[in-house]
Amino acid sequence: MAESEVEASTPVLASGTLERLRELRSRYPVARSAVLPALWVVQDELGYLPPWAEEVVAGELGLLPGDVAAVASFYSMYFSRQAGRHFVQVCQNVSCALRGADELLGGLREWLKVDEHGATPDGSFTVEGTVECLGACGGGPMMQVDRYSYEDLTLDSAREILERIREDGGGAAGA
Amino acid sequence: MAGAQPVPDGLVLTRYQGAPGLTTLDGYRKVGGYRGLARALEMGPEAIVAEVKASGLRGRGGAAFPTGTKWGFLPQGVFPRYLAVNADESEPGCFKDRVLIEEYPHQLLEGVLIAAFALQASHAFIYIRGEYRKQRELLEAVVREAYRAKLVGKRILGSEFGCEVVVHGGAGAYICGEETALLDSLEGRRGQPRLKPPFPAVKGLYGQPTVVNNVETLSNLPYIVTEGGAAYAALGTEASPGTRLFCVSGHVERPGTFEVPMGRTTFRDLLELAGGVWRGRKFKAMQPGGGSMQVLGPQHLDVPLDFKAVADAGSSLGAGALVVMDETTCMVEVSRRLVDFYRHESCGKCVPCREGTYFESQLMHRLEEGRASAEELASLADICAGMDGRCFCPLGDTATWFVMSAYRMFKDEFDAHVGAGHCPVRAGLGAAA
Repeated sequence: MAESEVEASTPVLASGTLERLRELRSRYPVARSAVLPALWVVQDELGYLPPWAEEVVAGELGLLPGDVAAVASFYSMYFSRQAGRHFVQVCQNVSCALRGADELLGGLREWLKVDEHGATPDGSFTVEGTVECLGACGGGPMMQVDRYSYEDLTLDSAREILERIREDGGGAAGA
Repeated sequence: MAGAQPVPDGLVLTRYQGAPGLTTLDGYRKVGGYRGLARALEMGPEAIVAEVKASGLRGRGGAAFPTGTKWGFLPQGVFPRYLAVNADESEPGCFKDRVLIEEYPHQLLEGVLIAAFALQASHAFIYIRGEYRKQRELLEAVVREAYRAKLVGKRILGSEFGCEVVVHGGAGAYICGEETALLDSLEGRRGQPRLKPPFPAVKGLYGQPTVVNNVETLSNLPYIVTEGGAAYAALGTEASPGTRLFCVSGHVERPGTFEVPMGRTTFRDLLELAGGVWRGRKFKAMQPGGGSMQVLGPQHLDVPLDFKAVADAGSSLGAGALVVMDETTCMVEVSRRLVDFYRHESCGKCVPCREGTYFESQLMHRLEEGRASAEELASLADICAGMDGRCFCPLGDTATWFVMSAYRMFKDEFDAHVGAGHCPVRAGLGAAA
């Protein structure tokens, strides 16, 4: 990419995000410890972690961009590409599977017409079935939409929840 | 505890259940909260360590190492020291730490502060898994409230002791529940386990003495400090002191968490607390301890929740889970799911785990679909033998435990899948499934 193009399109993080990065850095005896929290703050703003944003984090924490990229690529909850507005995780581990998690995930994928990356055509949702046990085994089958868990689901009740979230628009999913 | 509500006998972790506003400082103070911390500050570090040793408390994260002994490994006179709180709960079937955080967050924070004081730690880091985002935000609010009330920070409750508490969110990696991987992650690295020794108590976070304790372990401390280690121990048996919060899930009528005395309670009691096997079906098998542990059968239902008794039965209480499976369950399918989980979560650092979980997974998929040959199935034991005891950390070892125990206990079922072209268990259920 030519230098002028980079300059023309160099994106920046919101000033609030940068302030949060500096505040996070001050919490730890060693600045590098703030990498994971910093990546969370950036992903909360952008929805994913583009390389330029990882470089900003590296600069703030005094690290090499490669240090940050190596961390970001290790953890499954950091996205390297733009995901749907809402992240839907359907637990497939044993406790949920014993109570119908396969049918729930399959039914949701079919109903939402997700592509090979789990994204819906309208960009509302990204559906993921390969997740760690989500720690809600007492309420299986369950799904987590953004930061909220929905438990004891049937395909119908899960559809209703996602319909409601889609209609509410881009904001955080409310429980 | 004048002014505090009467609490049910025999409960420690959930003794305040039903009290209003427990997630707020006011609500927790109304039931007597933070008196344990005040008492601890009067007692001094050595007396607290002595009470914890007397309580017989063993780590509730899965390894069951005696907590007081673990604390005792810190080298004398080396500072700063750190406390890392393992809230990376991700063992399949376990959701007790989530309950303790959601319902009793101040009890956890009080336990954290008692431990930090006993260890003379300058910082406590609560490492909470990324998926527990809402719970992380709750803990952050609780810690902020505690800072304002001078329960955290400099000169806690007017004493000479100060401790900073930082809530630190993970980002999706089962391996970070292993204590040295947790420390690497907390240092801002890929979460991969470290070679031991040196143990974290000697060289942990930033190379300094560090104790890593589980959420449930620490949540017991306010009780132990106020009521005494002996009172805590007496709730269980001599070999298995105290109580535990067990998570019952799977094919039961009422899944949930249940605090029961150790040693005096059996698997059957737990199953009954959860309403028994659902839909009037017959019990087939159970997995105690979480996804890592060996399968047990109906012949083990009357085994008490005692470390040794469960070990003698061939499994472990692990992190306090119980996953119940009814007669319709295909043990090959359950094994395949667990093997897939470990394959996905293997950190890739060591070859036996990285490659072994891959081979295991490939084999189990073929077996479940009825496409594996007898020779392939026979290779399962070889693959697992190349992993168990040969991996860098317990993840790879435990990736073999359920599947091998299920293969031994349900050999006919595994064999019936060979060359069947489909899952014979599902086919046998027909329309009933």
